Amino acid sequence: MNLTRQRVEEVFDKVLKYSTAEETEATVSANSFALTRFANNTIHQNVAEEGASLSVRVVSEGRMARASTNKLDEASIRQLCEDVLALARLQPPDPQLLPMPGPQTYRALGRYFNETAQLTPQTRAETVAKVLERAEKDGLTAAGVFSSGAGAYGLFNSRGMKAYHEETSSEFSVTMMSDSSSGWAKKTAPYWMELDPTELAERAAQKALASRQPREVQPGRYTVILEPSAMLDLLGFLILDFGGLAVHEQRSCFTGRVGQKVFGENINFRDDVFHPLQTGAPFDGEGIPRQRVLLVEKGEVKNLVYSRQSAHKLGAQPTGHGFPLPNEYPEAPINIVMDGDRSNVDEMIRSTQRGLLVTRFWYIREVDPYKKILTGMTRDGTFMIEDGKISYGVRNLRFNQSIIDMLGQIEMMSPPQRTAGEESFEMVVPAAKIREFNFASTTKY
Amino acid sequence: MKEFATWALDTAVARGATYAEVRVMDTRQRYLSTKNGQPSQVRDSQSLGLGVRVIADGSWGFASTDALTRHDVDRTAALAVEIARASSLAKKQAVHLVPEEKILDNWVAPCKIDPFSIPVSTCLELLLKIDAELRAVSGVTVAEAAMDFRRIEQLFVSSLGSEIYQLKTQTGTGYAATSFFESEIQRRSYPNSFGGQYQTKGYELVEELNLLQSARRIAEESVALHKAEQCPAGEKDIILDSSQLGLQIHESVGHPIELDRVLGTEANFAGMSFLTLDKLGSLQYASDIVSIVADATPAHGPGLGTFAYDDEGVPAQCTPIIQCGQFVGYLSSRETAAAIGRQRSSGAMRAEGWNRIPLIRMTNVSILPGTWKLDDLFADTDDGIYMETNRSWSIDDRRYNFQFGTEIGWEIKGGKKTRMLKNPSYGGITTDFWNSCDAICGPQYWTLWGTPNCGKGQPMQTMGTGHGASPARFRKVQVGVAYPG
Repeated sequence: MNLTRQRVEEVFDKVLKYSTAEETEATVSANSFALTRFANNTIHQNVAEEGASLSVRVVSEGRMARASTNKLDEASIRQLCEDVLALARLQPPDPQLLPMPGPQTYRALGRYFNETAQLTPQTRAETVAKVLERAEKDGLTAAGVFSSGAGAYGLFNSRGMKAYHEETSSEFSVTMMSDSSSGWAKKTAPYWMELDPTELAERAAQKALASRQPREVQPGRYTVILEPSAMLDLLGFLILDFGGLAVHEQRSCFTGRVGQKVFGENINFRDDVFHPLQTGAPFDGEGIPRQRVLLVEKGEVKNLVYSRQSAHKLGAQPTGHGFPLPNEYPEAPINIVMDGDRSNVDEMIRSTQRGLLVTRFWYIREVDPYKKILTGMTRDGTFMIEDGKISYGVRNLRFNQSIIDMLGQIEMMSPPQRTAGEESFEMVVPAAKIREFNFASTTKY
Repeated sequence: MKEFATWALDTAVARGATYAEVRVMDTRQRYLSTKNGQPSQVRDSQSLGLGVRVIADGSWGFASTDALTRHDVDRTAALAVEIARASSLAKKQAVHLVPEEKILDNWVAPCKIDPFSIPVSTCLELLLKIDAELRAVSGVTVAEAAMDFRRIEQLFVSSLGSEIYQLKTQTGTGYAATSFFESEIQRRSYPNSFGGQYQTKGYELVEELNLLQSARRIAEESVALHKAEQCPAGEKDIILDSSQLGLQIHESVGHPIELDRVLGTEANFAGMSFLTLDKLGSLQYASDIVSIVADATPAHGPGLGTFAYDDEGVPAQCTPIIQCGQFVGYLSSRETAAAIGRQRSSGAMRAEGWNRIPLIRMTNVSILPGTWKLDDLFADTDDGIYMETNRSWSIDDRRYNFQFGTEIGWEIKGGKKTRMLKNPSYGGITTDFWNSCDAICGPQYWTLWGTPNCGKGQPMQTMGTGHGASPARFRKVQVGVAYPG
């Protein structure tokens, strides 16, 4: 990745040179990414990519359009500027369109690590080889990924706004399988040394070994202990509902519920890009500084998030949660931190007479957008708890559960931790013990 | 394109690749949408780059770049070889591919009207007319409409000597009315949910769909659903409309037949498959009236899974998947075909873009039409529900246990389609469900639906797939399963 703030400024200067629109915004981004994938105890995929792109948004006579390219030579930039203006002029004016924002001030966030950016395919392969050794020690089959990448982007506009951010990312995810069971663990971090692949492999292996020969249990309402990844992937379905315009347009589950106690007394959510376990840039898709927003306090929906455009329309203040314009779904909190408590999963298990421990969920989809009923399956490590102990692995189950109701049924929580799943982006969430979680059917493994 | 591709191929081979393939892809997209009386998104994008996939020291490596200079292309090809050598550090056995022929060809998918030639103002005018029609119905709270055009141009070259140029134009369009009332959100979409209909066609698709004609009815149904009865819970006969049956095929037939899932290489992410190798040729997958094919050939129609050659340079094929109820075929790559002792790949390797490796993906996985007329099927059903247009979908990671919801249902009593039902849902186990199919409507109802957003792989790739289907009936299915009692 060769993008620097200076390079962004050079590209932006060319955009300004060729754009004849009243207002012009340019986003220049570049990334490099590499991923080693393994399965059947061997590396079967090993890839690397690099790329850069320029996206230009113009406003002309109350009309807006966006065009993007990954060709950054002068002729392509000139052509892009001409094309995007032509696109804008072919549409009716929007009387509510705001002028672009001027210069902003941002708090610096250090989320770029050279060790991650420079991770080599050899190091990834050697790390994977150790994980495969762990699998083979117990006759398990391992599958997973080890990836790393670096990205940078600058968002500049003709009113003098200049925002720039760079960040690294890494991920290790592993599934361990026996002939009748599986276990899974995953972690992501800007600094790859925090991943600890060996610990993740051990955790996944122990889950696979402990859930061998799973038994079928009857569907019904169970006390469940959801590990953080299971919590995360459910909570991810709430983020769009916290958008100010979503509530105004009556497509949010919080329509008519803002200011009301919707969840249990022990539920607190905030959006906080500055939290030390969070990732991301200190500005939104229009360059507005991100703010900390208290979303839910003691179960009551306290605040929503607003893009600049939605805030103007609805008489609110922008919170720095807008997506790049134009966008029909303009805002959402994407740095959720859910408060937890002082318990831990072992204590939750000991306190449970009969219940289920869930490692993760799979293929979650929204069944009812206002009741917020979700459906999905358990996967890679579901266990029966009896008399305060894990008794045996169980075959996977399908749930149909309102997560609004679920967040009123939480009895215990761990401290929150940075958590990765597969159905939502990363958040900082706790494990939780929840009563009367509804399972509707079972599957065959 | 050819110059870049040749540089990369030569460098990869010179660096020691025993097999190399290069794809140069140039993708252009235009997305236009309206919402509640205003243009919402008006955007164009273009992406050009090159990907190099090699085998060196018996392992795979892949690298890609959009910096198309001689230096960067050579560097990328060399990196692909270096990555392959790193892969061999954790190798169990060398990669083996089934043979393939050298192919030199150009193929351009039929496109009557270039969608990029239609003025944006013309497209927006139609979308805003639809929008106005939707919002003319009292109770509609959000009206949305969109058009999505893509032109995908690619050159594939390989160390086998193949050189294949393909150009595809794809069009998608649709709209939806959302209605909030009291404590309920209802939504109706046309011609399908989650973006509408997508095909490998030009702007002629927009004209064929008569979008405006159905807008008032769709809006009225979104509002009427609030007063409809809840879909009952229990065991019923169900008739699925063709779009919902298309998604049922996608999830419960299309994904489990992907041989990479079967062989375990998607175990950490997309999951595996219940269709283990012992089931090929022995499993009664469905009732004997059901035959399903995976057909990428242009003769099957303008599906999102239609092409002339896959991204390994293998010619498009029609692969029987279910023949008269029997499970008979998988989707494969050259490597997985070799792993199960086949002589040739079924040609299902597809990559999302220049920066992604090809994966085994569905082509057009379609059920062959039956002979029933829809009205006759209603008349032949004593106690059932007709379900239209998908609202939710979920299936386990081996593709046994599924649950679907649809936007609207209609009760069928004594052979007549009667009252509207809201929040319909059904669920079951894949093979039980397909074996309960006892009637399929005829070719006049058969539509080749496009699913533009099928996700798979790490890093994630989104791919368009096609699914031809006619309405069909399934006996004694659990309905109303999505709403906890």
